[in-house]
Order: sequence, then C-alpha cells, then structure tokens
Amino acid sequence: MQRSTPAWAVAVTLKRSLARRKTSLDRVLAILTLAPSAAAVSLFVYAFIAWTGFVSLTRWRGVIPDYAWAGLRNYVRLFQHERFQTDLRNTVVFTAVFLTGCLVVGFLLAVLLDQRVAGEGLFRTVFLAPMAVSFVVTGVVWRWMLNPGTPETGYVGINLLLDKIGLGLLKSGWYTDPRIGIKAVALAAAWQMSGYVMALYLAGLRGIPEELREAARVDGATEIQIYRRVIIPLLRPITLGAVIVLGHISLKVFDLVAAMTGSGLGFSTDVPAYFMWDTTFRGNNFNQGAAIAVVLLVMVAVLIVPYLIYTMRSEAEI
Amino acid sequence: MARMRAVRIVFSVLAVALLVSASASAGTTQFRKLEVFSWWTAGGEAEALTALFDEYYKLHPDVWIVNATVAGGAGSVAKAVLVSRMLGGDPPDTFQVHAGRELIDTWVVAGKMEPLDDLFKAEGWDKVMPGGILDIISYNGHYWSVPVNIHRSNVLWYNKKVFQTYGLKPPRTFDEFFQVADALKARGIIPFVVGSKDGWELGHVFEDVLAGVLGPEAYRGLWTGKTRWTDPRVTQALQTFKRMMTYANSDHSALTWDGAAAYLMEGKGGMLIMGDWTDGWFTAKGFKDYGWAPTPGTAGTFVALSDTFGLPKGIKNRDTVMDWLRLLGSKRGQEAFNPKKGSICARTDCDRSLFNEYLRSAMDDWQKDEIVPSVIHGAAASESWATAFKDTVALFAARGDVAAAQRALQQACEDAGVCR
Repeated sequence: MQRSTPAWAVAVTLKRSLARRKTSLDRVLAILTLAPSAAAVSLFVYAFIAWTGFVSLTRWRGVIPDYAWAGLRNYVRLFQHERFQTDLRNTVVFTAVFLTGCLVVGFLLAVLLDQRVAGEGLFRTVFLAPMAVSFVVTGVVWRWMLNPGTPETGYVGINLLLDKIGLGLLKSGWYTDPRIGIKAVALAAAWQMSGYVMALYLAGLRGIPEELREAARVDGATEIQIYRRVIIPLLRPITLGAVIVLGHISLKVFDLVAAMTGSGLGFSTDVPAYFMWDTTFRGNNFNQGAAIAVVLLVMVAVLIVPYLIYTMRSEAEI
Repeated sequence: MARMRAVRIVFSVLAVALLVSASASAGTTQFRKLEVFSWWTAGGEAEALTALFDEYYKLHPDVWIVNATVAGGAGSVAKAVLVSRMLGGDPPDTFQVHAGRELIDTWVVAGKMEPLDDLFKAEGWDKVMPGGILDIISYNGHYWSVPVNIHRSNVLWYNKKVFQTYGLKPPRTFDEFFQVADALKARGIIPFVVGSKDGWELGHVFEDVLAGVLGPEAYRGLWTGKTRWTDPRVTQALQTFKRMMTYANSDHSALTWDGAAAYLMEGKGGMLIMGDWTDGWFTAKGFKDYGWAPTPGTAGTFVALSDTFGLPKGIKNRDTVMDWLRLLGSKRGQEAFNPKKGSICARTDCDRSLFNEYLRSAMDDWQKDEIVPSVIHGAAASESWATAFKDTVALFAARGDVAAAQRALQQACEDAGVCR
C-alpha cells in the first residue's frame, strides 16, 4: 500500500507537515516574544489598577498602610467633597472649551492650508510646532501671558496688549477670575493641540478626491454647501478620532494645570488629577487619592471603550 | 566657595575609591557613612546645609556624608520620596521633618522613630531650648527629634518708605490694620499684598488671623480640641480675614509669595503677612527699606515652626547619626546654620552678633513670647488635617461663605479625630 503511494503525494504530505510545523514554531516564537511584555503589562498596569481599586476601599490615611475595610465610604465622601464637585464641573467646562477650540481652529487652519497657499510647508510647521512643546512649558508661558496685573501695578501680558490696541474693554482677570479661570487654562491647551487637529484634517482633506467637489459644483452647490454636505460628513471618522485623543487628554490633564495655575482661587482651575496628587502626596490620604484615581479611570474608560469596540468591529469587517 | 566645593567633590570621589579598595583588599573600612535627607536645594538653605556639613567634617573627618536632597517647594516631592523609602524598608540615616504633628502623627505614632531622651539629657538641651519647642517635639513623655532652627510665621512686613511718606504706623490691631489699609488705598497703593498661587499662602495668613483674634491659649486649643471650631471667635476671624482680602491685590492667585513681596519692594504695595524667610529673601534682593511687626493682635505671641532631624528605626549608621544630631543641637552647629538660612537658633544662647537686626528682634521675642504652633507648616496638625484646613481657606477666599467655611473647619477637626 505504501509502495503504491505516488511520489508526488508523499512530497505534498511532507510539505504540508513541514508547513504545519513551521506555523506551530512561529506560534511558539510569537508567544515567547510577547510573554515578557504581557507579563509586565499585567503586573505593572492591571495588577496596579486592581491594587489602587483595593486601596480605594480601605481606610488607609497616613503613611502606614491600613487595610481596614471601608466599603464605598471613600467614594461617598469624595462625591460630597466640595472640591471634587468643583473639579468635575471644571473637567466638563475644560473638555468643552478645549475640544471645541481645537476642532474649530484646527479645521479652519486645515481648510486655509488646503487652498494650496505658497509656503505651505512653513505654515504647517509653524502651526504644528506647539505640539512639540511640553505642557509644562506651555503652562509657564501662558501663565505669564494671561497674568492680568493689577490697576495699581500696571497691566501685563495680553491685558497690556489689549490696552495698547484700544481694546481695553476686553481686559479680563483670566485665570485669576474664578468665573472663567478654567476656560483660560483650556485656551492654553487648545493653543497647544489645535495644530495636531489641523494636521489630521489636512490629511483627511487631501484624501477627498477632487472629482467629488467637481461633481457637487456641477450640480450647482456653493462652496459652503460643499463643505457642509460633502466634506465635513466625509471627515467624520477623523473628527471622532480627534475627539477620542483630545478627550482623554482633557480628562487626565495635570501638568498644564500644575505649571500654569495650581488649584487657582477657590479651586477655580483645579482638576481631578491635581486633587489626586495633592491629597495623596501632600495630605497622605491614600484612600481618597486611590478613589479619585479610580473615578478618573472610569471616566476615561467611558470615553475610550466604545471607541475601541467600534474600531475592533470595523477591523473585523475588513 | 565653588573651588572648595570642587575640592570636596574630588575628595569624596577619592574617599569612595578608597572605601571600595579598602573593603575589597583588607575587608575593613576606614570611612563611615552618613546620609542626610532634606529638601534644602535652593540658595541660602543649601548654603546653610553646606555650612553644617563643613562643621561636621571638622569634627569627624572620617565620615563620608551623602547629601540626599530632593528639590521641590515646601518638601512636597521630598515627602513622597521619603514615604516610599520608609515604607520600603530603606530609611535614610536621618531626615528633615517639621517639628510637631508632621513629625509625631506621620512618623512617631507609626513607630518609625527612636526616642532621643538620653541625647537631650547628656547635652543639656532641655535647659537651653524653650518649653514651647520642647513641647512640640515631645510625645508620650519622650523627645523625638532635634530642632535646628526656628522660623516665625506671624510677621507683618511693610515698606518703610511708603509708611514714612504717608505718616503711617505699623498696625497693632485689626482696627488699625483697616485704617492703614484705607489710607494706603486712597493713595493708589495696594494695601495688602498676597500671593496665593501655591495654595498654602492664604492658610498661612488665616492661621495668623486666628492667633490674633483668639489669642495664644484659645488658638492652641483649636488644635487640641479644647477650643471649639464652632466658637463665635472663629466666625469673627473668618469675617476679619474676608475683609482683609478685600484690600488684597486682584491678581494674587497669579503670584507666589515672593511675587507679592516684590510688589512691596517696588513700593506698589504696603503690607505683607508672611513667615520670616521673607527677611532672607529681602536681604538676598538687597532691599533694606522694610519694617516688621507681629501680625495684628499677636504681639506677645510667636507662631512657630521648626526644622528638625530625627533618628529612624532600623538604620545602619547609628553612631554617625548621633554625631550629626549632637552637632545640630549644639551652639556651634546652630550658629553655623541659622544666619545663612535666615532663621534663629532653637537654643536661646546663640551669639547675637552673628544675626541681622530682624533676626535679633525675633530672638528676643522667642525668649519672652507665648509660643504657639503653625498649622500650615506642620507643627499644629497632622498632614491630612493641615491639607483640609488649607483647602477650606482657599475655597473661602473665593466664595466668602462664612458659615460653610466654619462647618468645613469643624468637619476637618472631626475627621482628624480631635473634635467630636
């Protein structure tokens, strides 16, 4: 029987089993390669998340760990805490101003650059440059620019500029005014990140075929209509991506606030991440700090997880 | 100076090399080690620390000092590093800690320190240091750290030239404060300069107002549970503080305390309430036209804070640390350190001629005044209580709700387990 097997059949079987062995070898190699980072990630990310979650349910205040069970008491106290309530409101305002600012300014810059202006490369670099700067540097510079000065000692920064060009009416306390403080900080953040949004939109705009616009023009659409009905809907995935990236930055923002204003007058520029640092490392309230960290994680997850599911689904469809 | 430092670095490197080779070849070490942990990294404070090291080297040339400083205002970063080292079982040989609740509640109650009674007795420090400071480094009848300096937090600084020009006198009471403030305001000068950017400065002003309204005895009681936070005098202090803030510069949340002090220096501002490191700052800036007085209502009261070093349990170089602590508490060590740091000795027998005019006045007051602990600077309350206090005052400054602030202060006291 074996003799009757033709040579070509043997060759095919051999090749197949070799191929199979190769796949299983690849597999082993792949697992071996990924295992260390998987172990590291599960320890340094997920285990620590679990640890933080556990600490947030204990009574650990002071430097010596105290694992007495507190249940959800820390969370209840946290949400009753006036500072934390202010922080949550600040986060909402900050996110709204920051996202709107970035998207509007970024889109307008991209549209302008898309007109094939001379020296486009230069403009692109200029608008993108802020992104290369650290938030700490942005914070220090904007802290100086938005420093209001006083009537007695003279105005400085942007207030001085407004005064000189005859727009003194627009002078403001900026971040020293509790009513608008957090918006002033969001302004600095938007300055930093709108170049990034511009780059995203510009790539998107360049990806839209000229024929579509031509066709719309032939149908008698005005330029504004073309943007409203054709281009902006086509850019929707880019907008979504930008919202996700900017949104989680705005939820987690710490360095900008720390460098620019700190908590501000009456916590007018305080954010959850800053509160977390303050209460944990200055106040030794490890339980409360952990609870804030968990709330932050949940907030970011609420934003990111649907997006991850969405992208995973669309990848599966491809 | 720089040259000396370079020489020292070279010697340290040689010392390490020698240490390594000695222990490698003969198995014996000639050099002993001492690691000193602090957050003194800037200007005068770093120089003061170096001066202490110099004295130590003179006495113990066979010790190799590791200067483990961690930069960061008021020790906010250093404290986090310290916590992780202490909890990780790797304590520094000795570390800087504010005398009072910061020392006691954070480290002594946790059982991380060794008592120093024998040292205090052998050196006779319980006779040359005033009772006020001995009280705040004591717990359960034992001494827990060695104070190297004293800062005063209740000082009202004023611009002498401005005051002379308008014929004003430094205010002794709150009524006088408001009169002077009105007079300054009428001349277009910021009456009361404040910087509140770092979050603790308003709490600093308010603790001085509390001391001024309540007096030393009742003020002290606030932190021990003897005075109730619901007391009408606390209400009065909140109202006074609120009124004082109406005279403050409108941009105070954009400034740190030294930014506010610069307004005073330029003659654009009249009065500032800040601790006596301001004296060191003015001196460093070459500004001489400043005057000082106790903050309103606190004549005869000295709101104090003190930097101290202690002996953590489980360290390797116990004998070199004891030598270090002995130097810190000695006349020689304190005289080397304090003129540079801009503070006064914790002892009462230092040579007055080494100090400037302000510091000499502080030395006099230190000997005769009632000493009460500062809360913002770690002496009166645990870190978590002090943080809650600071937060409450910061919020009050913006909202101005007296009743809510008083409730929050009471709540913070209850959370700390002192009030019921």
